[in-house]
This record gives sequence, C-alpha cells and structure tokens, in this order.
Amino acid sequence: MSKFQKKRGKSSPEVSTASLPDIIFMLLFFFMVVTTMRDTELMIDVKTPDATELTKLEKKSLVNYIYIGKPKLKFQETYGTNPRIQLGDKFASEKDIPLFLQQHKAKIPEVQRGGIKTSLRIDENVKMGVVADVKTALRKSGQLLVNYSAKRRAEK
Amino acid sequence: MAKKSTKDRLNNEVNAGSMADIAFLLLIFFLVTTTIVEDKGVLVQLPPWSDDEPDITKLKTRNVFSVLVNANNELLVRGEPKDIGNLRADCKEFITNPQKLPNLAENPKKAIISLKNDRGTKYVAYLEVYNEVKAAYNELRDDLANRRYGKNYEDCTRDEKKLIRTEIPLVISEAEPTNFGEDN
Repeated sequence: MSKFQKKRGKSSPEVSTASLPDIIFMLLFFFMVVTTMRDTELMIDVKTPDATELTKLEKKSLVNYIYIGKPKLKFQETYGTNPRIQLGDKFASEKDIPLFLQQHKAKIPEVQRGGIKTSLRIDENVKMGVVADVKTALRKSGQLLVNYSAKRRAEK
Repeated sequence: MAKKSTKDRLNNEVNAGSMADIAFLLLIFFLVTTTIVEDKGVLVQLPPWSDDEPDITKLKTRNVFSVLVNANNELLVRGEPKDIGNLRADCKEFITNPQKLPNLAENPKKAIISLKNDRGTKYVAYLEVYNEVKAAYNELRDDLANRRYGKNYEDCTRDEKKLIRTEIPLVISEAEPTNFGEDN
C-alpha cells in the first residue's frame, strides 16, 4: 500500500472562486453604463458609411431616427429586396414622415422643440432617390436639422 | 424565530455560490436587450422648403462651384471629371481664392458650393462628397480661428465662432436629383 499512496504534499492549490461574482458585477456595471435599451428592432440592414466631419448627438430624447436600407433576410419574402424606410419600429413610406415627426414632437416640451434633430441611418448602397424623397418630406415638415449617421474614418 | 442571539446569527450564512448565478443572469439580460448605439454623424441644416424655384439668375458663375455626381458615382467638378481626392483642396482654393483668379469666388462670403446627384447615385458617394466639402469649410474656419485667436474653431467662444461663421458662411446648395439611372 505504501508504494501506491497518493502524493499528498503537491496537491494544486485551490482557486478561490469568492471573487468570481465581483468580476461578473464589474462586467455588468460596464454594460449597464455603456449601453442603452434598444427601443426599436431594426428590420433592415444598415451599414453606415465613414466620414471625418462628425458631431456627436447629445440629448437622445430630442433625436428621432429614420432608417433606410434593404430589409433583413427574414423579412425579404414579405417586403422584397428594395430599400425601405423604417420609421420607429415599422416600415413606412415618405408620406408617413410628417405624422411620425409630429408624434415625436408632441413628447417634447415647447422650449426644446427647436433642438430636435433627425438622425438618418442610411445604408451605404441605398440610391439617392429614396434619400432625396425623405429629405424633401423633412423640409416640408420644417425639420431642418438633420444628422447623417456615420462612423469615424481615420484621416488619411 | 425571533431570537437575536449571536449563536443564531453565526449559523445563518448566506450561500455565496448563487451570487455568481444571479450576476450571470443579469449580465445576460443586459447583453441581450441593449445595444451600444453609435450616435455620431455629419450634421446638416437643410434649406427651408419653398414651392417656388430658387432664383439663380442673380448669381455670378464665378461664385458657384458645382459638383455633379452621376449614377456611376463619378464626379464632375465645374464641368471636368475629377477624383474625389482633390475635392477638398479644390474647394478651399475656390472659397479663399488666394491668387484672386477671375474664375474663382470673389470672396468667401459669396462662395456657393452647389451639389447635384442623380437618383441612382449611391448614398456613400453623396456622403463622401458632402464630407469633403464640409471638411474644406471646417479647415478654413480652423485656419482663420488660429490666425485670429490662436486656437481652433471648436475652442472659440460662441461670439468668436459667430464672427468666423459670418466671414466664411457654409453655403451648400443642393439641387433636385436628375433621374437617369435609378432603376438599375
């Protein structure tokens, strides 16, 4: 028996798992601080282009979002492959834009309405026809502050 | 159960093993329901809508710098095909006109950059052109701010910025797009 006794002196030290919750809480707080609740599900693929002249959008409550792009694969059988406009969480056409802007405006107090911006999240490959229609609809509704969403491109 | 003796308290240890599970659960919830939103972009002020055609007869051709983009995303700058790499420098030269050439702008206040696309132009091409034009204006404003106030345009006070904006106004006119190549 003595020849086959287990070596006891060199058992590996146990890793203390008491700090595991702390690590997880740190990750959790990171996500809670950095992210925002996703309020609309994107039904279209949007890959925004790169640009260098970027301004940050402050005051998210004063921003409404218009998405333009091709529908995602799972929606393509019902909605086709042409680029579509998504206002809020459903597809729409440019005729629905005045109502959409009005609904968003109603949630904002009078004094802040001058600062309302519209963020246009448009996919790279969308043709300018749709974009021009959307811009005309925005101009007719008096919404002149527009932000073309883009990613930062490294200066050459 | 209302006993509050130390012996009672010592026996009631919370099992810390489930804390990690609770934390994992919350973490997965946040991973699934939130996104890291990108919120930067090129800020643009659209011109107000008017039903009348804009009056272009009073503008001198020398003060208008036209950039056309066709459905193949090629540029035509003042009638000549050009590459987008030179656009920024060309715009800056047009606006400031350092050599007082007769076919460039009289002064920065009268310079107008006019953009026209086709309905079939890709959005990425349009935004690149707009970005270069805006970059030209921003660089010129930075130059002026540095010469006059010793700091960048962004670091100036509101009144200083207003002064620079009146000297180098951002005038970008956009025409209705043509319709040669939309349905490709």
